[in-house]
Amino acid sequence: MQRRIVSLWFPRLAAERSLRARPVDAPFALSLFDRNSERLYDLCPRAESFGLNRGMTLVHARSFCPGLLTRPADPAADQRFLRMLARWATRYCPWVGLDGRNGLFLDITGSAHLLGGEEPLLDDIRARLARAGLTARLGLADTPGTAWALSRFAEGIAETGETLARIGPLPLSALRLSDQTCTSLERLGIATVSQLYNLPRATVARRYEPDVLRRLDQALGALPEQISPLGEEPGFAVRMTLPDPIGLLDDVMAAARRLTAHLCQRLDTAQKGARSLKLTFRRVDQENQAVELKLARPMRDPERILALFERGVSAVDAGYGIDMIRLEATEVEPLGMRQLDRTEGLEKDGLDDLITQLGNRVGLDNILRFQPVDSHIPERSFKLVPAAYSRPAQAWPANRPRPIRLFAPEPISGTGFEPPRRFRWRGRALTVFEAEGPERITPAWWDLDDSWAKGLRDYWRIATHQGQRLWLFHTPQHPAWFVQGEFG
Amino acid sequence: MSLKFSSVFPLKHARAHEVCGDSALSFAAIAAGMTKGAVVWISEDWRPTVNPEGLAPYCDPGRLLLTRAGNQLTALASAETALRSGAAGLVVAELSGTVGLTEGRRLQLAAEAGRTTAILLIPEGAGSNAAETRWRSTGLAAPSGPSSGLAPVPRQNGHDSTHWRWSLIKNKIGTLSEWVVRWDAAAHRVIVVSEAGG
Repeated sequence: MQRRIVSLWFPRLAAERSLRARPVDAPFALSLFDRNSERLYDLCPRAESFGLNRGMTLVHARSFCPGLLTRPADPAADQRFLRMLARWATRYCPWVGLDGRNGLFLDITGSAHLLGGEEPLLDDIRARLARAGLTARLGLADTPGTAWALSRFAEGIAETGETLARIGPLPLSALRLSDQTCTSLERLGIATVSQLYNLPRATVARRYEPDVLRRLDQALGALPEQISPLGEEPGFAVRMTLPDPIGLLDDVMAAARRLTAHLCQRLDTAQKGARSLKLTFRRVDQENQAVELKLARPMRDPERILALFERGVSAVDAGYGIDMIRLEATEVEPLGMRQLDRTEGLEKDGLDDLITQLGNRVGLDNILRFQPVDSHIPERSFKLVPAAYSRPAQAWPANRPRPIRLFAPEPISGTGFEPPRRFRWRGRALTVFEAEGPERITPAWWDLDDSWAKGLRDYWRIATHQGQRLWLFHTPQHPAWFVQGEFG
Repeated sequence: MSLKFSSVFPLKHARAHEVCGDSALSFAAIAAGMTKGAVVWISEDWRPTVNPEGLAPYCDPGRLLLTRAGNQLTALASAETALRSGAAGLVVAELSGTVGLTEGRRLQLAAEAGRTTAILLIPEGAGSNAAETRWRSTGLAAPSGPSSGLAPVPRQNGHDSTHWRWSLIKNKIGTLSEWVVRWDAAAHRVIVVSEAGG
């Protein structure tokens, strides 16, 4: 069966996407910061009629058209929009590929008759896109190359066999060649595709880059060209629409239970675990309420997930009732099969669930674990890492006696190299009963930390008659005494 | 007949206990070392964390799960969640305000429900009546009699002669008492130096 390809080109995709969201009644353009200035990225026909074009600086454009309205461009969102259009285009055929920034290829081989033929199919695409507020140019031919050329330069259908006749009169840039190559060919008097086709191949191959012949052959079908369809991204969202609104906690939880079971089954098939979940309730008054759940570890056990949702769900205001529930795994991570372990399984799961529960109360980043750091500076000898993304430290290095609580150094009065016999600290008069030291710690020379600006420190452990046991230090290079810790 | 130390320490399992005093932290660290499993250590986020190196002699810092709560209410709520889940071996909460009777009772019930022990580090006199026991832990100035003078004596050996006075100032199921104790790092246990404040 002869392949039939549709090339869909959206000449103003970015501008129209922005206008779809917020229409304006004025000359409109999108701007993007490029090569040291704000430049026009895309624009509407009305702005074009003022003589503006893409790539022009914004300042320049404003001088032509003072009433120009602009918004910042968002190429990433445009790309997402194009992918969405690609997904939409699968209504015509199963084989849809992206073509650059603003085009699509549809392989409609064998599916055109479903809409009554090629002409009605193109009309249908055009009508639907026009309703969506998008300008589209369409080309249909045997090869992607020719379809591309038609959509850009001569909208229409090239019947099987008339490929060369249709593409022949078109300029060279219809072959997807670089501007530089086109210019250099045009200098030789070769302006159209048919002129290029009539040249001896050997000459062209010798004088020009291989791209010239490759593109020509692709357009004429002598070289195959693949269209890569987008992989279907596995979606981890399930939804339940209810015939009558519900509002009781038990009913909502029962519905959530069915959704969770379904979602977990899907995760299981994909060998994934959910890391964060979102449960959305749509009420009859169209108000949405969402419960988010961040998990300490990827998992797909419906019962455990449901138990963790309970607290959030009970806080939802059902209003006049809920008529749609949607559960989505917003973040998933690979989670393979796990060997059941009789000895450790349950206990560890319990701790992970606890981290999740606490994390949903204070934030998962506020559940921390200590990890040793190889540093002789007391306040840097450990770091705090989020517990949900780490394992416990195995062995804690044994060190010299250190206070149980460290704080920022607090100055006390004192002179000399030995600890002061009596001093005031936090409003209390203390007298030293015994002292042990000094332990000299020098700052790391490569580390310009302000708190160590006073140079090396001589640390002393002291006990007072009042019962406090403190960690003092003396900075011999800038004589002063400080308290930095409590032994408790 | 005086109260035996071994009948009140290690702390009674699945109950909420309160500790105050200057050396409350080391009391909690020692109690944590006597338990198994994870230690959920809840504190308000303005407070500096405990120093894991200082904790290491008493209790493996790797067991700690630090929970930084925004305020005392969140800290209490987190403590209740942690206790009720029963997944942790011990829950320690550093509190800066008063614990009301309702809060204290809720924690006590949660501790019983989850079979987990709780230690609340409270300011002096801020405890609730619902606690199983309340302790005051203070450092002891002169473990071996009155000091000879004011001169700081640089000690030569690394022998740690830290002594604490642990006073039991509330006990739901018995009498009150106090002990002078010290930590035996080699045996990893608390040694009673003298009974009744000796």
